[in-house]
Amino acid sequence: MVAYILVAPFILIYGWMFIYPTIQMVQMSFTKSPLIGAGEWVGLKNYIRMFKDPTFYKSVVNTSYFVLLTVVPGTLVALGIALMVRRLNGWVQSVVLAAFFLPYVLPISVVYVIWDWLTNKQFGMLQGLIIPFTGESVNIWRTVPWFMPGVAVITIWWTNGFSILLFLAGLRNIPQELYEAAALDGATRRQMLTRITLPLLWPITVLCLTIQLILQMKIFDQVYLFAMGGRTQATMVMVQYIYEQAFQKNAGGYAATLAVALFVVVVVFSILQFQILRMRGQR
Amino acid sequence: MSVTSTSRRRIETGAVLLTALTAICALLWFFPIYWAIITSLRFDQDTVTDFALFPKSPTLSAYIFTIENSNLLRWYFNSTVTSVTITIITVAMAACTGYAISQLSFPGRKLLWWTILASFMVPVSALIVNHFIIIAQIKLLNSYAGIILPMLLHPVTVIVYKQFFDGLPREFREAAVMDGATEFQLLFRIFLPMNWGVTTALAIITFIGAWNSFLWPFLAAQDETMMTVTVGITAVQDAYGVAYGRVLSGAVLAGLPVALAYLLFQRRVTQAITLSAGIKG
Repeated sequence: MVAYILVAPFILIYGWMFIYPTIQMVQMSFTKSPLIGAGEWVGLKNYIRMFKDPTFYKSVVNTSYFVLLTVVPGTLVALGIALMVRRLNGWVQSVVLAAFFLPYVLPISVVYVIWDWLTNKQFGMLQGLIIPFTGESVNIWRTVPWFMPGVAVITIWWTNGFSILLFLAGLRNIPQELYEAAALDGATRRQMLTRITLPLLWPITVLCLTIQLILQMKIFDQVYLFAMGGRTQATMVMVQYIYEQAFQKNAGGYAATLAVALFVVVVVFSILQFQILRMRGQR
Repeated sequence: MSVTSTSRRRIETGAVLLTALTAICALLWFFPIYWAIITSLRFDQDTVTDFALFPKSPTLSAYIFTIENSNLLRWYFNSTVTSVTITIITVAMAACTGYAISQLSFPGRKLLWWTILASFMVPVSALIVNHFIIIAQIKLLNSYAGIILPMLLHPVTVIVYKQFFDGLPREFREAAVMDGATEFQLLFRIFLPMNWGVTTALAIITFIGAWNSFLWPFLAAQDETMMTVTVGITAVQDAYGVAYGRVLSGAVLAGLPVALAYLLFQRRVTQAITLSAGIKG
């Protein structure tokens, strides 16, 4: 009895804010309805429309491109930083780690304002790095080929702290005796890195990659903010398309269909992640 | 002998170089934040002419302008109210649920646990449309309750609590039950006080997450007086024209509470992140 009192608030909130909206979303995806208000039942029409919709494919391609630009490169950068931070001790380590981790705790809108200033076409400090290659300053957020790589670099800068912490925890869990034994056998530093450190970090690497993958598939905030005030079609990502259909085109039914698609994609990848973690746990 | 001493010297030079490289990388990584702070401390006319690494005469004029000419203080208040409420409710709810699932047996326990694990996989961003509809139907758009309700979904805190309670010895519970303690006393007097660290860590990370959230508050509060600070600073950006110092001063203030929370509780934040990723830190 007491158990039910303890779990009641949780069940109430989850039923109301998680299970109910999920069911409503699926049901809505079969209707032609505005954002607020009932609509007629249209069966699979929205789904057929989605599979013929070039903007939907564009959003899938852009999201995949963004995932490609962030997940593996970001994890590698985090690994490199973790290996560098690992060598340090005491307060030096705390300060250096704080410098790398601080961006992670900042709100995305703050990150956006900071980088919008840094990359400003006229006055941005970073134009100094761009001009030697292009010969002129570039309006990064209004130039399609620059847009996604730009957002990817900023995203890596912003979210990397998380992976760095996981790698540091993983490095701490490697028994010191392994290195001592290897040193006795005359192993070089490079051999210790490639034969001990990296293989033992593999499970953490897989964990970082899958967490990043699922996180970055849900990209919206950065892309929305940097494209604000310009044309969004060319750089549209999946969540942004849901947002546009629901809140700008007032197409609630179709937005729900797009949301179901995102839902399915993320759940499939999450199940894969769960299986990988479980395999790790059993070993 | 001479061979080993040269190779040792080579290793030491390498180590020094590597440390220097690390320091340079850390400085470069921190530079965007530094540059934002420095620019916000310049006089307005200097932001686009003065590019010195230190401002010659630092001023708070941009901050004063932003505070006087925008709803920044109001947004700060909104962010504080919503983030603190979300933190308290989320952590209390997770502690109770985690405790019940870990320590008590009741019909539906397994089902509840699997639902929580399953909800961990669901992208909340797919639910925004329906969250908006639900909150609009009960007329809670542009209200604190409307901002807070959908942001109480934090299955991972329940998972961390359950695993934490699972790890505690069974004898505590049995002895306390013999002494006639109720479940509430057990949870709040014995189980939680045994390690406040976990609760502190989860509370800090929940607070940071709530303060930083963008998409939902952005949808739920269109009225400028109800915006959170993270949404507000992007909403008024155009109103300032090319006054970068002003925009940046708002951003520095918006990031300050979470940056401080991290710097003061660095160890707890690390603990919360490794716990929620399922690693023993």
